[in-house]
Amino acid sequence: MKREKLRVEPIKDGTVIDHIMSGQALNVLKVLKIKSPSEETVSMAMNVSSREMGKKDIVKVEDRRLEKGELNKIALIATNATINIVEEYDVVEKYRVSVPKFINGIIRCKNQNCITNMDEHVVTRFKVESKDPLSLRCVYCGSRTSSVEFL
Amino acid sequence: MVAMRGTLKGRDVISINDFSREEIDHILKVSDGIEKDLDSKFGLLSGKILSILFFEPSTRTRMSFESAMYELGGRCIDMGPTELTSVKKGETFSDTIKVISKYADVMVLRHPSDGAARYASEISDVPIINGGDGTGQHPTQTLLDLYTIKKESKLDGANIGILGDLKYGRTVHSLVYALSMYGIDMTFISPPDLSLPEEIKEDLDDKKISYEECDKIEEVIEDLDVLYVTRIQRERFPDILEYEKVSGSYKITKDILEGGVKEDLIILHPLPRTGEIDPDVDDTKYARYFLQTKYGVVVRMAILGLILGGFE
Ligand SMILES: [Zn+2]
Repeated sequence: MKREKLRVEPIKDGTVIDHIMSGQALNVLKVLKIKSPSEETVSMAMNVSSREMGKKDIVKVEDRRLEKGELNKIALIATNATINIVEEYDVVEKYRVSVPKFINGIIRCKNQNCITNMDEHVVTRFKVESKDPLSLRCVYCGSRTSSVEFL
Repeated sequence: MVAMRGTLKGRDVISINDFSREEIDHILKVSDGIEKDLDSKFGLLSGKILSILFFEPSTRTRMSFESAMYELGGRCIDMGPTELTSVKKGETFSDTIKVISKYADVMVLRHPSDGAARYASEISDVPIINGGDGTGQHPTQTLLDLYTIKKESKLDGANIGILGDLKYGRTVHSLVYALSMYGIDMTFISPPDLSLPEEIKEDLDDKKISYEECDKIEEVIEDLDVLYVTRIQRERFPDILEYEKVSGSYKITKDILEGGVKEDLIILHPLPRTGEIDPDVDDTKYARYFLQTKYGVVVRMAILGLILGGFE
């Protein structure tokens, strides 16, 4: 227990994303558009032992309460991630992410001839047709994909 | 442009899949009314302007829209070849759409990228009609194809063969989706390398639509009510010999028709053709492709009139 604490210090205020599939922490940051150098203090723990998952990743974003819509995008790459909103060292809200109905930006359309790959001003938009197995359809060109490719 | 559901006024025409069968039937019915009494329709769109934005050339689609607009007393403004315009000066596609949409009441767009029309409809103040984008959709062509099939043959229960390049042909993809709304038996006839994309077949499977695929027209032609012929483009083949071999075996000739076809078979083609249908076939009772062009104007009149509120 003490070792765990050393790895992932409790935070005073912010968002803790737990139960991220091992190896996906960096992609989670990408989805949340947290880039270095970032304004937030971000800490990550990778390959942490987990009773349920074997190994997992954890991401902590201090002093920022991430929006639910934003966080649900994480479900694309980490189905079982749980979100803890922390205030004054207390978890005030806890929930599991779920795949949203539409995903704007972050994912690239695999159709090379799609307008979203031609004009940088066009933000990609996908309709989630099925959550499990994942199936997305580009709103613009109509092509379907089952695996995500980040922009 | 966002319009009220249930009416076609103010609607964009982006993909045939955006329309219900009832809406499509309504467009075909209005087209029929126009065809029966063309002269009385002049002036219905007087004072209205259609802007024509073609980012790739298509003389026929453009002229068909112009003709339809003039028949209703409306006017057209044309962006002209893109080489001469601000597009070449580096203006973004979205800026072009925003600016041009201020000039007119409705816009027809043709663009080489898939999904360009959908995107344009999101940023335009006026309804967008997709005049063909990428390899995706060409809904007004589809509506005129449906109209021709309905007038010259039948839509429900017909056996329709679609021949040629089914992989890249955008008219084919739109048409297949539309036909899937009717009780139609579809047969896809193409060289194996140019068969219908898996994705479209999956969509048909999802809708429990059965279809057949084959690579020899002779094997299926006797059962068809409608034969829809499309172009096989030379660019799709690495060498000319291969192209000539393939295109030669997908050519409709009098000989093939004399081998046995239904009495009331009709042959359609979106035109222009490059040799897929022998000119000898033009004089047979089966040919309907030139009539199809004429119907195209009528159907585009219906679409423009419905969108702009000239018809109910
Ligand atoms: Zn796309």
